[in-house]
Amino acid sequence: MLVTPIMTATPLPAIAAERDLRLDLFRGIALWLIFLDHIPGNVLNWFTIRNYGFSDATEIFIFISGYTAAFVYGRAMRERGLVIASARILRRAWQIYVAHIFLFTIFMAEIAYVAATFDNPLYAEEMNILDFLKQPDVTIFQALLLKFKPVNMDVLPLYIALLLLFPPMLWMLLRQPGFALAGSALVYVLAWNFDWNLPAYPNGVWFFNPFAWQLLFVFGAWCALGGAQRLSGVLRSPYVLALAIAYLLFAFAITLTWYFEPLQRFVPQWLSDWMYPIDKTNLDVLRFAHFLALAAVTVRFVPRDWPALKSPILQPAIVCGQHSLEIFCLGVFLAFAGQFIISEWSGGPLIQTLISLAGMLIMIATASLISWYKYIEGRSPTSRVKTPDADLAGGGA
Amino acid sequence: MKLAVAILAATVLVGASAAAVFGGAARADPPPEECDVPQSFLESDVDLTRVTDAVKTKHRLDISVVGSGSSSINGPEGPHFAYPARLEDALKHQLAGVDLKITPHVQPRETTATMASGLDKILSDDKPSLVIWQAGTSDALSGVEPEDFRTSLDQGVAEIQAANADVILMNMQYSPRTESMLDVSAYADVMRWVAQQHGALLFDRLAIMHYWNDAGTFDLYTATKKYDMARRVHECIGRALASQIINSAHLDAVRMQTTR
Repeated sequence: MLVTPIMTATPLPAIAAERDLRLDLFRGIALWLIFLDHIPGNVLNWFTIRNYGFSDATEIFIFISGYTAAFVYGRAMRERGLVIASARILRRAWQIYVAHIFLFTIFMAEIAYVAATFDNPLYAEEMNILDFLKQPDVTIFQALLLKFKPVNMDVLPLYIALLLLFPPMLWMLLRQPGFALAGSALVYVLAWNFDWNLPAYPNGVWFFNPFAWQLLFVFGAWCALGGAQRLSGVLRSPYVLALAIAYLLFAFAITLTWYFEPLQRFVPQWLSDWMYPIDKTNLDVLRFAHFLALAAVTVRFVPRDWPALKSPILQPAIVCGQHSLEIFCLGVFLAFAGQFIISEWSGGPLIQTLISLAGMLIMIATASLISWYKYIEGRSPTSRVKTPDADLAGGGA
Repeated sequence: MKLAVAILAATVLVGASAAAVFGGAARADPPPEECDVPQSFLESDVDLTRVTDAVKTKHRLDISVVGSGSSSINGPEGPHFAYPARLEDALKHQLAGVDLKITPHVQPRETTATMASGLDKILSDDKPSLVIWQAGTSDALSGVEPEDFRTSLDQGVAEIQAANADVILMNMQYSPRTESMLDVSAYADVMRWVAQQHGALLFDRLAIMHYWNDAGTFDLYTATKKYDMARRVHECIGRALASQIINSAHLDAVRMQTTR
């Protein structure tokens, strides 16, 4: 009620009417890459982008999630107001929380199994990681508070934190997008200057600092709400393209020196002094820039109406990207399971490849199944109010 | 600083584009394993000049080993089978005529910050020409922030070098069974970086054990209560360390002289 007059007073920016399939495509690919990266020692890791530059699939995932969240909830906020849109965003955060706790349960089962069956005096020190099993009360409570997050379970808590703060941010983005983005950038800078982060259990801080990573999420949302059009002039500039390609090549050259030690002598001391460490926790500005360069080049060469987006070859990635929360959780679970199989049968490169491919197939099949369910539910005569696109967007996850 | 440059770059970019809005062998141990390590794991541009100097001019070599649990083995005669003792044995064979002394300072669960604070005593007691510093595992276990880990390591390495000793940083063990629970990669990156910054040597135990596992030298997934495998791995680490020291201190020539 309160928002209605404001809404009529200032015309809100148009939100692109049709869903941009590129988002689903790249989010689907990002989900596959995250799955592959989560199986340690997997030979297929060599194909994931983190080996070819500073940023990795996490940046893609968070950016696109911000974009789709603004796309879905921005429309809801415009059409139905702040309260309804906020309620839906918070419900989404709750769903992700439940999914996270579900994954945590599976993880605990795996750990407990390893603790009960695996022993080797060589690893007496490493096995101390299982100490938390001695105090399940504390551990589980800390997990419920999102403070205890085992390896590879950091993305969903980040996402929950981002969504919890999203309603006021979206409200601001719809009215003063430049101001909102500047505010987000300010929080990022302040987080760097004052070491802001959330505490973790048993000690330390969140692996993905929400105060830093929110910049990417908000930037994605800003792009969805008209920012992309505003940037189109910049993106068309040949200088920007040249700069982006140059930076991507530079990042590639630097990553090569991480894997081929002898190349390190070609990196001047002043450069490595300035550049390292490239901090993932706080979304290092070099990583952010790498993502921007990657996005600039991608947008240039993959237009919105790219015919291949309709071709069957890309459908598997697109369908995974359309159900990202489910597929992300499935990917984390499959990575646990795959890792488990590899360690039970000491899998070589062949087994690792087979497990990776099988995992991706399961992800695609599940995504297709979810699409099918949505389709039959949408056609059912008893189905209630039609909510276009919101479901398709996976609620923006 | 990095942020400032990036902000500057962004400002320039935005300005340029008008459309923009935003800117163990001695005591009846099993015969030595075939656990050769490819030279590329042990080669480096870094020279252990203080080691060379000590061996060539004083014919003695004092080494301190600082580390946590994975520098030791439990069980009967653990210290004899752990890599510091195996290194001593391997070096004695190769550096005949050199007065060799290796002093381990191994404390289970000790984080790098604690180890660093104990360095001054170790340096003044042992007066080593070389400190082998095994770190990272206990920090990863207790969730020390990589940035704090870096600071401790950085100060520690500087302190050792100021005391006129060379440094070898040894990173974590490759432990495939705990890999999905304990992510050590961030700490391994820090160690590589600190070694590079200070011109210290890195003994990449993580990569070497990974190589052994892939090559089938050891099946590191094995569950066992016996000490055999732990002892064999430590034997092999001791030997790989010895050849890294011999290489980087250019002591092949010395050995020739002394054996002649």
